[in-house]
Amino acid sequence: MSEAGRRAAATRRRPLRPRQVGAYVVLALVALLVAFPLLLALSYSFMSERDIVQFPPPILPADPTFANYDAVLHEIPIGRYLLNSFVVSGAVVVGQLLTASLAAYAFSFLAFRGRSLLFFLFLSTLMIPWEATIIPNYLTVRQLGWIDTYQGLAVPFMATAFGTFLLRQGFMQIPRELWDSARIDGASSFRFLRSMVIPLSRPALATVGIYGFLSTYNQYFWPLLITNQTLMRTTQVGVAQLRFEESARWGVIMAGVIMVAVPTLALLIAGQRQLIRGLTAGAVKG
Amino acid sequence: MRWTARDARSLAVALLYLGPSFLLFAAFVFIPLGRTIYLSFFFTRQSGAISTFAGLDQYTELLTSPIFHSGLLATALFVLYTVPAGIILGLVLAVLLNQRLRGINVFRTMMSSTIAISASVGSIIWLLLFNPSLGLLNFVLSLVGISGPQWLIQPNTAIIAVSITTIWLTLGTNIIVLLAGLQGVPEEIYEAAHLDGAHGARLFTRITVPMVSPSLFFLLVVDTIGVLQAFTQIHLLTRGGPVDATRALVYSIYLDAFQNFQFGYASAQAVVLFVLVLVLTVIQFQVIERRVHYQ
Repeated sequence: MSEAGRRAAATRRRPLRPRQVGAYVVLALVALLVAFPLLLALSYSFMSERDIVQFPPPILPADPTFANYDAVLHEIPIGRYLLNSFVVSGAVVVGQLLTASLAAYAFSFLAFRGRSLLFFLFLSTLMIPWEATIIPNYLTVRQLGWIDTYQGLAVPFMATAFGTFLLRQGFMQIPRELWDSARIDGASSFRFLRSMVIPLSRPALATVGIYGFLSTYNQYFWPLLITNQTLMRTTQVGVAQLRFEESARWGVIMAGVIMVAVPTLALLIAGQRQLIRGLTAGAVKG
Repeated sequence: MRWTARDARSLAVALLYLGPSFLLFAAFVFIPLGRTIYLSFFFTRQSGAISTFAGLDQYTELLTSPIFHSGLLATALFVLYTVPAGIILGLVLAVLLNQRLRGINVFRTMMSSTIAISASVGSIIWLLLFNPSLGLLNFVLSLVGISGPQWLIQPNTAIIAVSITTIWLTLGTNIIVLLAGLQGVPEEIYEAAHLDGAHGARLFTRITVPMVSPSLFFLLVVDTIGVLQAFTQIHLLTRGGPVDATRALVYSIYLDAFQNFQFGYASAQAVVLFVLVLVLTVIQFQVIERRVHYQ
């Protein structure tokens, strides 16, 4: 049994002590408070317009309705926004996994002169805030005719220094002996990457993939700049537009908010472990 | 050392693997950074084309512009209101979540849920909470006898409203990073401190805080850089107003470049942003890191 399993079994046998009950009450209250804005949005998405204007402001719908979701589905192209976001985020994930695993492989398995200098150059991109380059990038994308296109939304983000760094950490845990014996068997360096390194590094690849998806899906500034047509908007820009267009219909706005947030919340629950690994990679040493 | 044919060949092979990343970095990071610096020395036309050489004129204009000054003040206040409060709150919640209880993961997921929430979704929800007539915030305040302000209309509360939203948005990340830090502290240290009679607040300040100082420091830098880059909250909550009270650096770049079409002048501000982030990163790697306790 694992350490965690044994611990869980030990806590299960004992009845709850008063101190533990207190801890649960505090945890539940604080968790509710932190998640309150999100829960409120969920609640509002089921409220009728009449509920919302009551005083004092309601917390739960008096008589729950799907009318707001109905309005979002019929009045704005939410399906198209979701499609756009999934296409762009998916393309970025695939692009990042390709470019980062190739680069991480070179930095972990290949010996060549200038390796540390090139690795430093990679890491230096982490010090450059995207907003400091956004003006020339906008001018470039406009010049390429990539305004209102998927490639304009995705291509600039297809390389990742952070992802390369994470994958390199993972690749370096693969035993050198595998590499040596593959070389003796005459496997090419690319075949070793494809048939050994990639299958052995699934957890690290999942971390980079989830991280890439989440950060692309949640982008706002860049898609706001380079999309003009309604049908090329991503979810984030589309839902923000609701705030300006439907300014008084809070139920409809919140239904849109929930529909846009559900994919990322699902990803959080499914890929929590990978996400945590990504977030803490830089923070905890040793 | 001289380069041999083998050196050159191994580098050429490596570059095949590094090529895709390098081409993208060159096209969308390194060359644009150079162009930003270059543009900052020129006056530009509406189209973004260069018109005349400006030298340092745009930088001296920044130094003397009252609008840019109030923007810098907004940026500084924004960092000050957001970063320490967000880290302290994150630490308190992480300590709370670092207990051995059945089902603790449910609470961990709930409290860290804001990592999955985008800035635009979060800002729209808070927009409703700050609403003076429909929002719950002022109603709750009225219950304790405080008459809530017109949050987004008064300059001094507008920046607080943007800060509250930002603290909430970064809370998930702060909790996860600090919880990982807390879980790395060996239990024996707490037991030894207990035996020495340390309890409660003393245990917290003498043991917990120093032991997670690497995580605290990491967040201090990362959160500050994050706030310097903030755009979405401002765009959705205040649009930089009222009277430039929330015109933080990146929002100012956006307004000058994409609303006023002064690409050169906006580029000078982008250079300021770049330098600020660079300095913070260098501090992270060199100066303070030495003073932080690592196990």
